[in-house]
Amino acid sequence: MSTALVKPQNVTRSNRKWIIGYSIAGAFLYFVYQFLLNWEGLPLGIYDAINRWMPPAAVNESLVYVIMALGLNIVVGYAGLLDLGYVAFWAIGGYCAGWFMSEFFYFLKIHFFGAVPAEAPGIHINFWLVLIIGGFVCAFFGALIGAPTLRLKSDYLALVTLGFGEIIPQIFFNGENFFGFNISNGTKGIVQVDPIPVGFKDLGPFDFGWKLLIFLFLAAVMVFISLRLRRGRLGRAWLAIREDELAASMMGVPLMRTKLLSYAVGAFAGGLGGVAFATHVNGVYAERFNFAISIFLLAMVVLGGMGNVWGVILGAFVLSWVNGNGLSAFGALYNERFGTEIDFASFTFLLFGLVLILMMLFRREGLLPESRLKLVLHEGDIDEREASGKKAR
Amino acid sequence: MQKFKGTPGQIRRQRIERTGAIVISLVLAAWILVNLLKSPQQVAQVAVLGLRNGLLYALIALGYTLVYGIIELINFAHGDLFMLSAIFSSYFITVWFKQDESNPAGWLTFISALFAVMAFGAVINVLIERLAYRRLRNAPRLAPLITAVGMSFLLNFIGLKWNGSTPRQWPSVIPNNDIYIGEVRINMTTILLLLVGVPLLLALNFIVTNTKSGKAMRATAQDKQAAALMGINVNKTIAFTFAIGGAMAGAAGLLYQQSIGTTNYNLGFQLGLIAFTSAVLGGIGNLWGAVVGALLIGLVQGLNDGLPIAFGQQWSQTVVFAILITILVFKPAGLLGKVTTEKV
Repeated sequence: MSTALVKPQNVTRSNRKWIIGYSIAGAFLYFVYQFLLNWEGLPLGIYDAINRWMPPAAVNESLVYVIMALGLNIVVGYAGLLDLGYVAFWAIGGYCAGWFMSEFFYFLKIHFFGAVPAEAPGIHINFWLVLIIGGFVCAFFGALIGAPTLRLKSDYLALVTLGFGEIIPQIFFNGENFFGFNISNGTKGIVQVDPIPVGFKDLGPFDFGWKLLIFLFLAAVMVFISLRLRRGRLGRAWLAIREDELAASMMGVPLMRTKLLSYAVGAFAGGLGGVAFATHVNGVYAERFNFAISIFLLAMVVLGGMGNVWGVILGAFVLSWVNGNGLSAFGALYNERFGTEIDFASFTFLLFGLVLILMMLFRREGLLPESRLKLVLHEGDIDEREASGKKAR
Repeated sequence: MQKFKGTPGQIRRQRIERTGAIVISLVLAAWILVNLLKSPQQVAQVAVLGLRNGLLYALIALGYTLVYGIIELINFAHGDLFMLSAIFSSYFITVWFKQDESNPAGWLTFISALFAVMAFGAVINVLIERLAYRRLRNAPRLAPLITAVGMSFLLNFIGLKWNGSTPRQWPSVIPNNDIYIGEVRINMTTILLLLVGVPLLLALNFIVTNTKSGKAMRATAQDKQAAALMGINVNKTIAFTFAIGGAMAGAAGLLYQQSIGTTNYNLGFQLGLIAFTSAVLGGIGNLWGAVVGALLIGLVQGLNDGLPIAFGQQWSQTVVFAILITILVFKPAGLLGKVTTEKV
């Protein structure tokens, strides 16, 4: 075969197709929540239904989860490292927003294109800059956590991440007196994060429609990063490590550096999500950052399909909707119709546990599988059949 | 001083390990010394409490270490099994048999509860293995780990429904007297823990080292295929391991419930992690390592929670996890564990 025939895949074109679909879906969401909901001619039934099943706040929250699940997907789905402490990055990102976009440091007065009057105390840095700061601080912490631990076996690594995922929120939780300094306001949390300046308007906590656009944009950035990296040298190195670490290192993939980068990039997304979430709820609350969140995110990645960006988005949307709004709305409807008093919201544990177990038992590759990972994940099945001496299929 | 052997990289690692160990023990010693000078009685008092908790952790840690030793799986659900056992024993003693004070009937119930809860833990653990982990035995590492996390959530849910979302107080059937050695107060629950816990540990050690099933366990842990070729029923052996681990967690649940008196649905997560840290500290897969690690963790945690010069109780978890991370980074094989080559 002559070399001229072996053309590389047209990376740029196939990589841009999604933008059209994504924009249409985004525009539709924006249209519904910015215009349809505010349109006076809208029948009351539809208005109620939307507010009941998918209120604007729930959509925005789902998008924040999408951002973070995409970050976790890079660590778990691409590089095949189990991270059970992802909530730590969310917390760090959140507190970056709390520190740099509020009146928390009231004794300081630092303004940098912030969206508040110049005489307000505290540090007020522009939202977009804080996003980048939060992302990089998290990436730094990701590398810091990864550096000493990445040469451990995968299950030990899971444990260390879990440890960090417990320590960091606890530091913030007890942070009212951290060796004499108040770094987080403890359980009271940091309330009132600055609005998002977009040039012509400052977006407060209730500008759901506009914020929807911003979160859509951030999620798109993460999709873009995920897709581009996956095709590139680094992404292929991640996939190689995921599939066979030993073989990858024999082929010259620098294990440590590649794994560290997956941690750093994954953590970066956690930072974006943290800052975005802080502006979404207009505050940072320490008790929100608990272990369950790490598992929710993991369940999103697993349900949708590890390694597949679209699968992860689907998983994040479905599960965060169920967790935030769907289950309670369904429960209210069910209780109303059948006159029961079942507390449906308490079933989230069952639901998330079952999602993890059943997906692993019956459909390890997720709802929207990535073809490569499907092969890897079912590698063991053949061995089992052979080992037990049964006939091959 | 012992000479370092191996390639330059290994020598460097050994140096780091040695230096790290020396520094950490010096810091620990200095910390305890300072506290000892300040109030020796208090140190002894919290040390007793810490060791008591350590014994509880040991019972849970054994389940982790046994399972990890045989199928190399971190059984995240194990802590929650302990939590369910604690709730089970509260119901057994207080609700079903209606014993709420320390009298012969109460003690009899306690003894029958011990057997019942051990059977309960064993059955649940074997069920979990049978329904979920067995099917994933040859799957990639990530799959059983994620399943174990899911299992933990599932058990958490059962605990939530059974116990309610808030902590519940239960009466104890153990006499509430104190014994004084010098000025150090020792509660009866501590003595009971010793009376029940230590024989259990010895029995477990006997099963693993001296019986035929124990031999099968060790063989399976070393090499499943070779064990199968030698006529060992691997599935049965693994199920047996889960049963013993579950029984230990069950006993720990009863002892915890009777000595602390509170049950909560998210109890398992915290204690499970502490117990796992103990197992790692001692060298995972090593039975006595788990016990030593658990006693050490209990001691350090007790000292940290109760001493005048310490981080205090709100940093308890952080201290334990810091120990975990330090151990994993500097000495992944643990204190008593053998160094294996496969730590890629």
